[in-house]
Amino acid sequence: MSAPRQGVGLARTTLALLGKDLLIEWRTRARLNALVFFSLATLLLFSFALGPDTRLLERNAGGYLWLAILFASVLALGESFRVEQENACLDGLRLTPADARAIFLSKALGNGLLLVVLGVLLVPVMAALYGVKITLGLLPLGLTLLLGCMGLSAPGTVYASIASNARARDVLLPLLLFPLIIPALLAAAKATNLVLQGDPMNQLSSWLKLLAGFNLIYWSLGFVLFPRVIED
Amino acid sequence: MGKSKTVWVLGALAAVLLVVGHYLGLAWAPPDREMGDVQRIMYVHVPLQWMACLLLTLNFGCALAYLFKASWRTDALAEASAEVGLVCATLGLVTGSIWGKPTWGVYWSWDPRLTAEAIMIVTYTGYLALRRFVEDPERRAVWSAVVGIIGFVNLPIVWFSVRWWRSLHQVQSSPRTVDPQMVLPLRVNAFGFLALVCAFVLIRYWIALREREAEVALPDALPSAPHPREVA
Repeated sequence: MSAPRQGVGLARTTLALLGKDLLIEWRTRARLNALVFFSLATLLLFSFALGPDTRLLERNAGGYLWLAILFASVLALGESFRVEQENACLDGLRLTPADARAIFLSKALGNGLLLVVLGVLLVPVMAALYGVKITLGLLPLGLTLLLGCMGLSAPGTVYASIASNARARDVLLPLLLFPLIIPALLAAAKATNLVLQGDPMNQLSSWLKLLAGFNLIYWSLGFVLFPRVIED
Repeated sequence: MGKSKTVWVLGALAAVLLVVGHYLGLAWAPPDREMGDVQRIMYVHVPLQWMACLLLTLNFGCALAYLFKASWRTDALAEASAEVGLVCATLGLVTGSIWGKPTWGVYWSWDPRLTAEAIMIVTYTGYLALRRFVEDPERRAVWSAVVGIIGFVNLPIVWFSVRWWRSLHQVQSSPRTVDPQMVLPLRVNAFGFLALVCAFVLIRYWIALREREAEVALPDALPSAPHPREVA
């Protein structure tokens, strides 16, 4: 909360915390491994639940991809604060002169990055399982993944920090997050389907704008509100 | 005694207005030209939805006020308004789907307005679940204020995105298209429900304040005052 060099301090603290989180992630690699196999299983389950109707799977591939990412994100978000709960690490972070907003930014960026990596790993599997072709190319697909994952992670990080301290945390996080995330999920799934199946009506940019707006709102809300969530 | 008197006056006012309003709506107003008597559910359905919007907006206001200045009063009012608002919204949805069956042929359609309403109900169910899952009253107040703000901001996004997505919107009645004989019972019932809802919110608010006093074990405790806290 020091006034003058706040901007520089905030960015540097965020990067330091993000580096710490990524280092933990890299050294254990437990979270990403588990998430990848969990979401691969989810993608497989969709084709079992719906039967071997190739046309149906192909038409809905974007929706299945995003549901797999959403389910995995609940695990990832919960885990990101469980690390801080052990040995009261979050208290330690708060005792250092780390701005609480930097904690939010680093956690949300870290969670978002993890989901992007997960999405990148899932796309080829999805293409193989559901028999889809990426019609519009990798750039729009990457943009959709980035915006969608960042959109999931900003409100998800705020809610995960709340749920990690509450009773029944495993129920609470999806209960709070799922209804909130519907616009982002809708836009991301629609945009992905357009990328996969072609965009004759030129609708892709409007869905991406919706995702960008969602990101803008929830990143700023999280930035403003998160310090109140973790204050003691 | 002043408190119970207020509730009695509000209750009596609600009873008179609702009896008059229902008489006007069920017997005096003409049946709808196309829908017939089925349309009369509007005199209950529409005021319920108005009350839901009003109360959830009140909840948002209380949440904002709590974050600026912590007070058990705004926290208690937030809890009361969310609970009564959720009841109104749910009853509104139920009466709407009772109307939908004879009119549309189905209880539920994925109409944007219905979808937005369902999302709103799930969002506030999560909000109330959070309130039950957190024991520390101070943390509960802060966290539920944060969740209340985030949840409320979602509504316009859900609303516009879904409308944008598929504009098969059911034709809405507006004051211009409704007969004055139908507007009068609607208005009377709306004020009747307003009085009823005020009574409910007041009662729930006093209960919430008493609960808070019991929890913090200080008659006029404010969140800034020290109090014995349970071991986390």
